[in-house]
Amino acid sequence: MINLCLKSLLNRTFIAGLTIFSIALSVALILGVERLRTQARAGFANSASGIDLIVAARGNDVQILLSTVFGVGSTGAGVNWESYEMLRATPKVAWAVPVMIGDNHRGYPVIGTSASYFDHFRHSGGQALAFESGAVFASPEGAVIGAEIAEKFGYEVGTQIINAHGAGSVAFHLHDEAPFTVSGILSPTGTAADRMVYVSLEGFDDLHKDATTMPVDPFSDLAQRDKAPVGEREHDAHDEGHEHDAHDEGHEHDAHDEGHDHDAHDEGHEHDAHDEGHEHDAHDEGHDHDAHDEGHEHDAHDEGHEHDAHDEGHDHDAHDEHHEHDGHAPASINAVYVGLTDRAGVLSVQRAVAEYREEALTAVLPNVALLQLWSITGTAESALRLMAAAVALAGVIGMLVMLSATLETRRREFAILRSVGATPISILGMIVVEAVLLLIAGIVLGYALLTAVTFVADPILSANLGLRLGHGMPTLREGLLIGVVFCSGVIASAVPAVRVYKMTLNDGLSMRL
Amino acid sequence: MKTIEIRSLQHSWDSAQAPVLNVSAFDLVAGEHVFVHGPSGSGKSTFLSAIAGVIKVQHGAIRVVGSDVGAMVGRKCDRFRVDHLGIIFQVFNLLPWLSVLENTLLPCRFSARRRENAGPDPTASATRLLSSLGLDDPKIWNGPASALSVGQQQRVAAARALIGAPDVVLADEPTSALDEDTKERFVDLLLHECRASGASLVFVSHDRGLENRFDRSVDLRSLNDGGSND
Repeated sequence: MINLCLKSLLNRTFIAGLTIFSIALSVALILGVERLRTQARAGFANSASGIDLIVAARGNDVQILLSTVFGVGSTGAGVNWESYEMLRATPKVAWAVPVMIGDNHRGYPVIGTSASYFDHFRHSGGQALAFESGAVFASPEGAVIGAEIAEKFGYEVGTQIINAHGAGSVAFHLHDEAPFTVSGILSPTGTAADRMVYVSLEGFDDLHKDATTMPVDPFSDLAQRDKAPVGEREHDAHDEGHEHDAHDEGHEHDAHDEGHDHDAHDEGHEHDAHDEGHEHDAHDEGHDHDAHDEGHEHDAHDEGHEHDAHDEGHDHDAHDEHHEHDGHAPASINAVYVGLTDRAGVLSVQRAVAEYREEALTAVLPNVALLQLWSITGTAESALRLMAAAVALAGVIGMLVMLSATLETRRREFAILRSVGATPISILGMIVVEAVLLLIAGIVLGYALLTAVTFVADPILSANLGLRLGHGMPTLREGLLIGVVFCSGVIASAVPAVRVYKMTLNDGLSMRL
Repeated sequence: MKTIEIRSLQHSWDSAQAPVLNVSAFDLVAGEHVFVHGPSGSGKSTFLSAIAGVIKVQHGAIRVVGSDVGAMVGRKCDRFRVDHLGIIFQVFNLLPWLSVLENTLLPCRFSARRRENAGPDPTASATRLLSSLGLDDPKIWNGPASALSVGQQQRVAAARALIGAPDVVLADEPTSALDEDTKERFVDLLLHECRASGASLVFVSHDRGLENRFDRSVDLRSLNDGGSND
């Protein structure tokens, strides 16, 4: 029987091939959508799991979640440092990590936080953030970057990056007077953490303090901006940094030494001021001494900056002290991640936060907010699934059309089979077996197609969207979907099968053609 | 022994109209070759369908090798048909997507009796039949049925009808698509093979030029008048 069906189908290679292809496409699509959906959902739900509460200025739960965990948008008002201190002191609170948001690096959100963030933050069901290379920022200029950023821009530990004010890739103000140095790169998580830059509270704060000082020569800044598009500038800075090295090795500094004594070096601060205006030549001259003396080119360079910065507001000793405590205290932060000693107490802490009198605060349960957010995006998810289901339906209907349309032209075939002893039931069975063969071929081809596509598209998708489709054996759910497609196809084949049954009963052996 | 025995058969497609078939008696003994002729629309195909048990007649009895095919239903009737009857159609007898040999062996696929009758090696029986019907080229046997000429196709159909020694071969205008020479040669080969296997033959045609080759000739119109013809 199967042999007969197979030969009959092979006789209609072209149309059978088309049918198989359409089934394959629907299977690939429905599985692809399912994988995308699961991955998106997992990436989503896995974004934050170690946090019991997110405390921010009174506002919408989803907005607070979006702005902190996903780095999209902003919280309303800030949270006073006193409130953070209060939270830390609240009973049942095991830890509290301050979070500052609002800057971006080439469109990727920058989070200002303390080093303990990396101790407490969990993703993907309790995994801690691991470092691919480097370590937590040890200085205000250090930055930890997510895996995606590192991969996309080719950053390594030691790379200097410049952050911009505001969210989104259109930078209103580049904080290029205060670049950060990558101190660590996180392992890929498949969550929003891959797309974030983490800096210390102090580093984050400094940006905004510096921003209040006008560049010495605003036009040079403009000129520089024209020279290189936003986002590639830190490469320039970086390259120039290398040039410094070359410069050093090139014995040029001897000449400089001759030209500039240490008094001149003191004046180097003025050069640094120039640096803000990107007078790099002057800057080089100022720095070669430092670099030469200390042997650490970049550090020296950065130190030069910091001295400037601290001249204006910060005490250098204080800065060191703060750093050790991980407790630089900005006047205002955006949110606090809170972990509790006992998760059962989460509601009472939430209430306590809501009733805090000094400031209007909201404590968000991340999981609840995630669910809320997912229920919004879930509409798109449903639409996607509906579409995939519709395509699968179209594929099955395509098969029905093919099977039904050929029935007329196959009447002769059935009459012949009847004449040699085939019962109407066995001819009905033949149609069903044909459908089964088409479905199996379609499903196998569809799965192969999906595997091929994911093989090609995975790197692109994960680079652009942070989605990993993954490949390999189908999951239980995918197996279920395949089963649904298969069963619906077999059930649907009953339509032409019953038709052919009636037809063969009526036609008998007659050849009405 | 009678292979076909029809008594007071009446059948009409539409009860309001006169019956298409009205045969009071028709008998065929084993090994007999009968030529049934009549113009188009005289009910020749209906007559054969009734014998094959494909249509259920309203009145009368049709016994094929002693079994009432009219009383058999469904699967049993289909099984009976393939076990005892070989059928040749006017045209398009073959499944184009099977080879000549596979087409010939189709009854053995559906009937254990025909398979047993075809001997220990049905394929050998098939090739022997094909060869004696003038198709002795192994290339033809294994080639697709669709590559054959109409005359060749009818001979393959004859081989299929005869394989596994059915009791009766029903041929429904098998020569109408053939030219004169091919026609006569085909009828000769068919009769020869029926004789060799001992099968009875009901050969329906409107072409009276062939009737003298048969044991007897029956005009369906006179048969249908309610008269008997033996």
